[in-house]
Amino acid sequence: MKKIYTLAMSLGLCALSSEVNAQIGAPFIHDPSTIVECDGKYYTFGTGGGGLISEDGWSWHSGAQRPGGGAAPDAMKIGDRYLIAYSATGGGLGGGHAGRVLTMWNKTLDPSSPDFKFTEAIEVASSETDEDCDAIDAGLLLDPNTGKLWLTYGTYFGFIRLVELDPKTGERVKGNKALDIAIDCEATDLIYKDGWYYLLGTHGTCCDGVNSTYNIVVGRSKKVTGPYLDNMGRDMIKGGGKMVINASERLAGPGHFGRVVIEDGVEKMSCHFEADFDQGGRSTLGIRPLLWRNGWPVAGELLRQGCYEIESERRGYSLELSVDFVRLEVPRRGGFGGMMGFGGFGGFGANRPANGQPGAPQGAPQPGNRPAGAPQGAPAGFGGMGGFGAAPQGAARPAQAQEAPKPIAQQRLIDVWDSWPKGNIWARMGDYMARPHQKWTITEVTDSAGYLGGLYYKIQINGTDRALAVTDDAQVITVPKYTGANEQLWRIDQLTDGTYRIVPKVQKFEGLDIKGTIALVSAGDCTPALAQFDFSSDNSKWNLKYIFEENK
Amino acid sequence: MKKTLVLALSLGLCSLGSTANAQDSKYFAPATEKAMAPDDEGFIRRWLLLEPFNKPNRSNTPFVDSYIRDAFATNVPNPSPVTTLPSDGQKVKIGDQELTWHALDSKLFNAKLYRFATERELTKYGVVFWATTVINCTEDIPNVRMAVGSNSASMWWLDGKEAVILSGDRRMVQDDCLSPRLTLRKGRNVVTGAVINGPGMSDFCVRFINEDGSPVKNLTISVK
Repeated sequence: MKKIYTLAMSLGLCALSSEVNAQIGAPFIHDPSTIVECDGKYYTFGTGGGGLISEDGWSWHSGAQRPGGGAAPDAMKIGDRYLIAYSATGGGLGGGHAGRVLTMWNKTLDPSSPDFKFTEAIEVASSETDEDCDAIDAGLLLDPNTGKLWLTYGTYFGFIRLVELDPKTGERVKGNKALDIAIDCEATDLIYKDGWYYLLGTHGTCCDGVNSTYNIVVGRSKKVTGPYLDNMGRDMIKGGGKMVINASERLAGPGHFGRVVIEDGVEKMSCHFEADFDQGGRSTLGIRPLLWRNGWPVAGELLRQGCYEIESERRGYSLELSVDFVRLEVPRRGGFGGMMGFGGFGGFGANRPANGQPGAPQGAPQPGNRPAGAPQGAPAGFGGMGGFGAAPQGAARPAQAQEAPKPIAQQRLIDVWDSWPKGNIWARMGDYMARPHQKWTITEVTDSAGYLGGLYYKIQINGTDRALAVTDDAQVITVPKYTGANEQLWRIDQLTDGTYRIVPKVQKFEGLDIKGTIALVSAGDCTPALAQFDFSSDNSKWNLKYIFEENK
Repeated sequence: MKKTLVLALSLGLCSLGSTANAQDSKYFAPATEKAMAPDDEGFIRRWLLLEPFNKPNRSNTPFVDSYIRDAFATNVPNPSPVTTLPSDGQKVKIGDQELTWHALDSKLFNAKLYRFATERELTKYGVVFWATTVINCTEDIPNVRMAVGSNSASMWWLDGKEAVILSGDRRMVQDDCLSPRLTLRKGRNVVTGAVINGPGMSDFCVRFINEDGSPVKNLTISVK
């Protein structure tokens, strides 16, 4: 009965398809400002005034307040205050292009706080109605090198411009002249990383719902004033730009980039999707991992739930149950060679224990040895079906040599289940052999709070209810049944280098005094542990390798 | 008043019309008789531009391939610049609209069609622009590509043969779309383009590039 049930589970889990593509709640917004944290909550402001608030970074609701209306604000914290830049206008492509960019401050973004009060907005940039610029779509950068505050603005109507503001007052620096740094994009944002300034802008068609072709591109420069070149050396003032994110299956038209650095190696980007197919085509807030590849930012993906190999970046060993390795028995065909497609090695390997203990039949050839009677010219130990190993010594070869190799079935859960202990089982790492004790189903847990840009996952041996968990004393185990306890929930962040960190929801353990984020790490090649996340160490990184349906 | 003046210039002072309007322009100067080379990056800056033809579109999203092929086939001046090189100041008709060709040198790498229209107080949105120029070569230059960026959609021909099409709601991007490999023949090669735009800015940039992406610069540009 259990076997049947397990098999059914296995088949059922393979069909996982319902996934959350974007933030939940009511994350409806257009042109979201960079997400800012204030007193434990997250805020973003949008076009038309107002904005969204989230307590966990995953579930978003309206409630943020921004006066002034207008279009496409940006926000950032400077010292103990919050600076908002926004444009009071926004005529669209065919409308007027007399624009004004304004800034204002607030001590808090929490509308319920007694300190919540915006200063009077002041104009810091403008455009005339028929100028080669439309002064809307503000983007802010506080230069980490110089402490200078920069503002970009502009749309498809002409140039994107850069001006300098005073980080103490939010006013335009006196005498500062606007620089043209890009053309034919909008919703720009400047960011800095490792000696480069990056200018991100949105291309494509805005405001056309499911047909909006909005996409975000980037160029970079060693100087904040540009020129901003793309990966092909094209200047953004000539339309250059390298893709950061574009549409995906259920989400059309990402635009209006914002960056959030959580800690070293963990970054997120915010945007809106012009249309979320699962939300009736409404414009929704998007949060994605932000990756850096060869010095260029690119959006990562929300983790797709499904079956994975969980490989440690340390050595390449994979997370598995501490259970007996169950040999995969393969029928042999006559002689010492045959089935395995590797000459005489097939007959040998088919009976060789994993640890190399004796067990091979007498007389089996060692790999690479040429048996007596092998035809001249056949490669040693590399005959396969058509080589020397396929035929018994002295037998006529042609008939067997021409028989097509038959596929070998994967080891199934049902083949090994009974050999596993029924209680808690330790987790460990081992060399991946695509066996059931090494395949993990990662599933979103939608009834739990999330975190910035994601929700928690349960990690189970594929086809079973057995779940990866932590103990009170910070050990890594598997428990026979998932209960939804916090000890069984995991946060999974794609890191800036494309690997993942796996973080238990529980962050406090007896006798474990760690100040930073506690994550699943490789303490040794084969030993998982909980320890402080360290982006500079491969011990803290994991590769999640999706296992396709036919291989589960 | 200015509109009246522009109309008068347009009607009566064909070649001077271009000169008068472009003298103070940040974007264009009247084309000169002096041979013009491509700029350092190979961009073609000398063009005969036809005043915009009204083709109302509230959005650029309809500009799929079939739409713009039809639009450019239907809204072509008579005689067509694809087959007959016009001259500076020449008046042509599209439908019942009489339009004038202007020989201009762009002061920028791109030709700002929006400004070409606004400086003459002509219709700036919902229009079709035609452009043409002559590429002069002292020898055959094989295996080059015409590289175009345009805002919004456009089509381009070399010596009457379609070279490249840029469909959709386009922004002008350098080297956005390239023609197949082609040969610039010794002598004259006529490049013709049509750009369609709904709302927003409109411009284009054209150059020829070699197999390695470097600009072709051993040519001169004229409008005769």
